[in-house]
Amino acid sequence: MPEPDPYQNPKEAVAPTGAGGAMDLAMSEAETLERDGTGRPRSLWSDAWHQLRRNPVFLVSALLIVFLVLIAIWPQILTSADPLRCDLSKSQQGSAPGHPFGYDTQGCDVYTRTVYGARASITVGVCATLGAALLGSLLGGLAGFFGGWWDGVLSRVADVFFGIPVVLGGLVFLSVVTSSTVWPVVGFIVLLGWPQIARIARGSVITAKEHDYVQAARALGAGGGRMLLRHVGPNAVAPVIVVATIALGTYIALEATLSFLGVGLRPPTVSWGIDISNAAPQIRNAPHMLLWPAGALSITVLAFIMLGDAVRDALDPKLR
Amino acid sequence: MGRYVIRRLLQMVPVFIGSTFLIFFMVYALGDPVAALFGDKAPDPATAARIREDLHLDEPLWKQYLLYMGAIFQGDFGTAFNGQPVTELMASAFPVTLRLTLVAIVIEIVVGITLGVVSGLKRGRPLDTGLLVLTLVVISVPTFVSGYLLQFLFGVKWGWVRPSVSSEARLDELILPGVVLALVSLAYVTRLSRTSIAENVRADYVRTAVAKGLPRHRVITRHLLRNSLIPVVTFIGADIGALMGGAIVTERIFNIHGVGYQLYQGILRNNAPTVVGFVTILVIVFLVANLLVDLLYAVLDPRIRYA
Amino acid sequence: MLLEVRDLYVEFRTRDGVAKAVNGVSYSVDAGETLAVLGESGSGKSVTAQAVMGILDTPPGRVSGGEVLFRGRDLLALKEDARRTVRGAEMAMIFQDALSALNPVLTVGDQLGEMFVVHRGMSKKAARARAVELMDRVRIPAAAERVGQYPHQFSGGMRQRIMIAMAMALEPALIIADEPTTALDVTVQAQVMELLAELRRELGMGLILITHDLGVVADVADRIAVMYAGRIVETAPVHDIYKAPAHPYTRGLLDSIPRLDHKGRELYAIKGLPPNLTAIPPGCPFHPRCPRARDVCRTDLPPLYRVSQDRRSACHFWEETVDASSA
Repeated sequence: MPEPDPYQNPKEAVAPTGAGGAMDLAMSEAETLERDGTGRPRSLWSDAWHQLRRNPVFLVSALLIVFLVLIAIWPQILTSADPLRCDLSKSQQGSAPGHPFGYDTQGCDVYTRTVYGARASITVGVCATLGAALLGSLLGGLAGFFGGWWDGVLSRVADVFFGIPVVLGGLVFLSVVTSSTVWPVVGFIVLLGWPQIARIARGSVITAKEHDYVQAARALGAGGGRMLLRHVGPNAVAPVIVVATIALGTYIALEATLSFLGVGLRPPTVSWGIDISNAAPQIRNAPHMLLWPAGALSITVLAFIMLGDAVRDALDPKLR
Repeated sequence: MGRYVIRRLLQMVPVFIGSTFLIFFMVYALGDPVAALFGDKAPDPATAARIREDLHLDEPLWKQYLLYMGAIFQGDFGTAFNGQPVTELMASAFPVTLRLTLVAIVIEIVVGITLGVVSGLKRGRPLDTGLLVLTLVVISVPTFVSGYLLQFLFGVKWGWVRPSVSSEARLDELILPGVVLALVSLAYVTRLSRTSIAENVRADYVRTAVAKGLPRHRVITRHLLRNSLIPVVTFIGADIGALMGGAIVTERIFNIHGVGYQLYQGILRNNAPTVVGFVTILVIVFLVANLLVDLLYAVLDPRIRYA
Repeated sequence: MLLEVRDLYVEFRTRDGVAKAVNGVSYSVDAGETLAVLGESGSGKSVTAQAVMGILDTPPGRVSGGEVLFRGRDLLALKEDARRTVRGAEMAMIFQDALSALNPVLTVGDQLGEMFVVHRGMSKKAARARAVELMDRVRIPAAAERVGQYPHQFSGGMRQRIMIAMAMALEPALIIADEPTTALDVTVQAQVMELLAELRRELGMGLILITHDLGVVADVADRIAVMYAGRIVETAPVHDIYKAPAHPYTRGLLDSIPRLDHKGRELYAIKGLPPNLTAIPPGCPFHPRCPRARDVCRTDLPPLYRVSQDRRSACHFWEETVDASSA
């Protein structure tokens, strides 16, 4: 019987921005219109790429992400100052020549700190996503492919992690596992993030397994490992990519939230979350201290979520 | 249906044990609950030994967990750092958070579904595109940023509401915090109902309803909405638990003395009974909410009820 | 004349341009008459019916020209509210796949009774009683008990009977059945078709039967209209068409029916694919697939030639087609 997913995750719910409602010919006649000029259907991936290249949402978010990654690696591109060199006498002052965003409470240059803050966010986001995606697709893929008791155990374990509210879990875990590096935060996000990916991977492997050509390959005697790699894997990968991209954005927001609560990254790491946390009590006197890092954080998260959204649109032709 | 409920209940048991044990493990095994009680002072050995015995800290971890759970089911959640029973803290904190969550859920349902339905019916029009972009932006702004921003604008700059909530936490004071808490979920509800409506609006049964000559409002309310809102209802139900857990940030911004506030204090002071006790209750709330969602799902969708 | 469609045009906006789904279709149905509309998917047969019913998805669809005269009134000129009262009450539609065409979360009793509640202002209770009567009438066993069940609890044939009951509920003057048996098992198809024909006779309704299945048509239809690329290419009384088609496309359709007396012979298939509706070929749209195509077919769109009193064909060479067929 079809069982409802009790933990329908918000991230899965991100709907596509209807790239064009015009193709909604809900009629059999639509079949004859689906072919391209050559009269031959395009493959999923090349069709998706074709679609993406013309999607402004994709172009804008991809450019933004390239830019963010570049300054995460080489912040010197945008600033020659040191984010940790501060001058208390300039505490909370507004913008000045060479310091367009003003100073924070410690008298540090907000512009420089905002630029340097990208590094922590991008590092945590990328590492946590890679970790969660690899672990999740491995475990979920195996569960979906082999089914049976292995699937049952894995699903219950995933449920356990779903049962813990994320921010709470983070508070508890990171208040006891402390370090000045990004790794406890990354580790924690992977720990709570993999079940979501595993669920997607499991679902799409099960769907892919039912495809006729996979059944045919099995009937012809293809072995388990070969089947998984050659036939099932490539088809299950698209949904994982979409969910992982969107998750990357939410992980960055989660890192900032934990840093804001004082248990995520810790000084001297430069992090938007820490800066926002420090700036918040001063919002009446010096809103600029909050607005710049908050804006940078929001735009970064937005860029990844938009990218994931655009990719989902492109890979899910039936919603076009 | 009865068997379905029983199976879901049985499935909840290992999840409950796993989740609470995980938290228990983090607090009791990774942290040091005794040292934390004394803060920076060196612990008095006699007192420390008594506390260790009270908390059964000399026993193996699994036994500690069993003893703890045993006590919990007899209503004994231990004592907080200031000597107050944890149950007293709960009695003051949960009603506040419950009210806050209630405000958030109502906002989520009313605003989210309305926007989603309008957007889904006007799919592809400027209004729809605008709403979609807006929801993405809302999802991208972390709660603590939007919280401070709205607090600053409404509370400080324009002075429409008091920037922080009094200890009574009346419903009208909780509207702005409720909006902040609901904001991200609201955007998800909007997107989810929009997709669902946009998919269902082209469904055959909607076409049948039109072909039957039903008035447009009847087609929408009786045929389209009922089907489209099934996934939305599930999302909102599952969100109740998430919102209560996520209230920690909102409560901190608006200085609301609810569950999040108590938990945050407990964690800062590494007060093990407070943390584990509150989290256990939240896990139960979360699991029960999910169970209710499953049942609601079955009520709304006869295909599941009779399967 | 009960229904007269005159020079109807429907187009759809798509990603690849404007798809011309219906291009100047005219047909008519009299009370008590059964018209079968035949064609491949993409021929515009369903779209025409949807335009007649007024249930086109607009946008992307749009009726860009023509008239739909029903009992003398042009339905296309009516306001939506007036049009709505016609739908369901005076003309009703039966859809192909009853499982998706019935609302999955409402009981069949609710869905049948709704017709009486909305159009006749009956109370829910009275409407439910009528729903049971209807279910009896389409011979669903234990109707009184099953009236509270949901569509998925019925078999495919029973569901289609419910669709038929819903269409018959207010005894409309015209029924449009869009591939009513295509989704059913072969064994059930005949029963459902028989039921439909029987009710049509009893109530003296006009019936438009949309299908791609020539086998179904022969037994129940009075006349046939064959559609291709949004146009009617041939229309004739049913026995005439079977005897000697006057259009190469009709000929192709007939030849591709497997026949027992032709056992052992290779099955005929019309070569090529139906045209892309965003770029319908100039001249006769069928010419790229037509065995008789000549130069004139590539340049001149054939009008509907008069073959006989009640017979038309849109082929420049209808005469030789008929001759070849009857030979």
